[in-house]
Amino acid sequence: MTLLETQRVVVPASRTDAGPRRRSGGRAGYLFVAGYTLFLLAFGVFPTCYAFYLAFTNSMGQFTGLNQFVKVAKDYRFLPAFEHILIYLVLWLVVLVVLTVLSAVLLRSRVGPRTSAVLRFLYYIPGALAGVASVLVWLFMLDPDVSPVSWLLSALGMNSFAAVLSPGNLPVIFLLIAFWTGAGGWIVVMYGALNNIPDEVIEAARVDGAGPWRIAWSVQIPMVRQWIVYMTILAFASGTQLFVEPQLLQTASLGRVSPTWSPNQLAYVFAFQQGDFNGAAAISVFLLAVGLIAAGLLVSRSSMFRLDEK
Amino acid sequence: MHVAARRPTSGRAPRRAVSLLVVGVLLAVLLVFFVLPVIWVLLAPSKTADQIVHDAPLSFGSFGQFGAAWRHLFAFQNGAMLTWLRNSAIYAGGSLVLTLAASVPAGYALALTRFRGRKTLLMITLVTMIMPSATLVLPVFLELNKFHLIGTVWSVILPFSFYPFGVYLVYIYFATSLPRDLLSAARMDGCNEWQLLTRIALPLAKPVIGLVAFFSFVGNWNNFFLPYLVLPNSNEFPLQVGLNQLLTSTPSFNPVAGAGLDITIPELALAIVIAVLPVLVLFLFSQRTLVSGMLAGATKE
Repeated sequence: MTLLETQRVVVPASRTDAGPRRRSGGRAGYLFVAGYTLFLLAFGVFPTCYAFYLAFTNSMGQFTGLNQFVKVAKDYRFLPAFEHILIYLVLWLVVLVVLTVLSAVLLRSRVGPRTSAVLRFLYYIPGALAGVASVLVWLFMLDPDVSPVSWLLSALGMNSFAAVLSPGNLPVIFLLIAFWTGAGGWIVVMYGALNNIPDEVIEAARVDGAGPWRIAWSVQIPMVRQWIVYMTILAFASGTQLFVEPQLLQTASLGRVSPTWSPNQLAYVFAFQQGDFNGAAAISVFLLAVGLIAAGLLVSRSSMFRLDEK
Repeated sequence: MHVAARRPTSGRAPRRAVSLLVVGVLLAVLLVFFVLPVIWVLLAPSKTADQIVHDAPLSFGSFGQFGAAWRHLFAFQNGAMLTWLRNSAIYAGGSLVLTLAASVPAGYALALTRFRGRKTLLMITLVTMIMPSATLVLPVFLELNKFHLIGTVWSVILPFSFYPFGVYLVYIYFATSLPRDLLSAARMDGCNEWQLLTRIALPLAKPVIGLVAFFSFVGNWNNFFLPYLVLPNSNEFPLQVGLNQLLTSTPSFNPVAGAGLDITIPELALAIVIAVLPVLVLFLFSQRTLVSGMLAGATKE
């Protein structure tokens, strides 16, 4: 990563971008971005570089090449953690994309505008309970003793909290929590994107004899594809980060759930229970690489992030 | 719930009815899924732990019971709940002020001025914006440790104030919806850059500033991972970390540590309600702005 130039340079008046010529305001520009740039360096660029430095050295600060990565990858908890997160991610992305796009299409084309607005708002409300609160709420929902849907849990053959928390169920539990807090916001965004499709396009398809499902599949969904990609990549990046959910579940289940269920928890255990910050950093760099690849894809593949204004 | 049906025009009525049924059922199931847990949590503090287990799940207990849950909760560790609430307000409020002070001028400068390194800054902003922040929490912890900030207010407020997404939103807003002619005219009239920002750009940018403030406040209010690492003592906890401590003091989830304490399911449910109330109120009041703002950058040209 290149650091920013901090000398003041007078920008030549000839510029390549279209649009009306304006004085550069260069010096003021530096002043205006100064505060943010400090934060960016201190809490974005520096920690990233520091994580890389730690991952390639040992506790004495000697360069160790890929040894830290080999060490954590050989750890008996490493593969299970990454396997858990992979299963969870596949579930989460498929369910998220299918259900948010489907609901947005239905809310846009199949119900009245007032019903649609009320529903969108109600779907969005759990977003206020993100973080610890949402996990606690779902602990209650999933505890057959107190759950309002205990009949449903027992119909699925789960009559005790321990049965609900069996290892095979965990990805689904985290999926429920993530969907409950996050999907409403995405439904709102998808709905807005569908709203931006000109009515004439939909009307033309209808005149051609397409039914509502056909219109959704062949017209509406292709036209909001960019938003679906955007959502998928952001959901992927945040999905690799599971920490609060498994950590609290581990607390509430009296240790029935593994304390290193997710990669982030493993990094936490390496750092704060084994005092091995280099190993923790190696896990962070693994995750960071995944996140950066997703970020790179998003920035390069999607016209959403234009760096040049029109 | 009314599903708006168009009058069947031909003999395809049965198929239409099935299609309508699918739509209705799916939307209704989603409605129950999203709303039922919220209603349950709001009702739970009005009942005793025993009633929660045996009564109908969505019944209302009594206001007296609600008061008892309130007393038990605030008696926990001699009023720790109030300390946590105050801490959350300080952390989220302090970082909100710093976030706005740093990101609004930066977004404006990125959109409307030219300086060397502008593209690079924008690029790094985009990448860090999409990069999940949790991976950086460990190195940030070590960095704060080096500067002896662990356990201080700054160990939370400073990292919280770095908000690339906010800068990006402001940048998009100014790049797409601030009339350039207005700025040129003001420059002709002899305004300097500072006056341009404060007198012309800021008053026009109220909606986007509100949006950045909302996202920043909600995100920081709900953040758990960073405060959990950098604040070792209970009297420094924000509410989210406090909730975690309450959970470990609830007998039904922790029979050993929770024995003899008054923190049972109604108290825990009440703590959840109190923790999310500020954000919930914000949600209710800023719904319209949010929905239009969430689509920032997605407007049709």
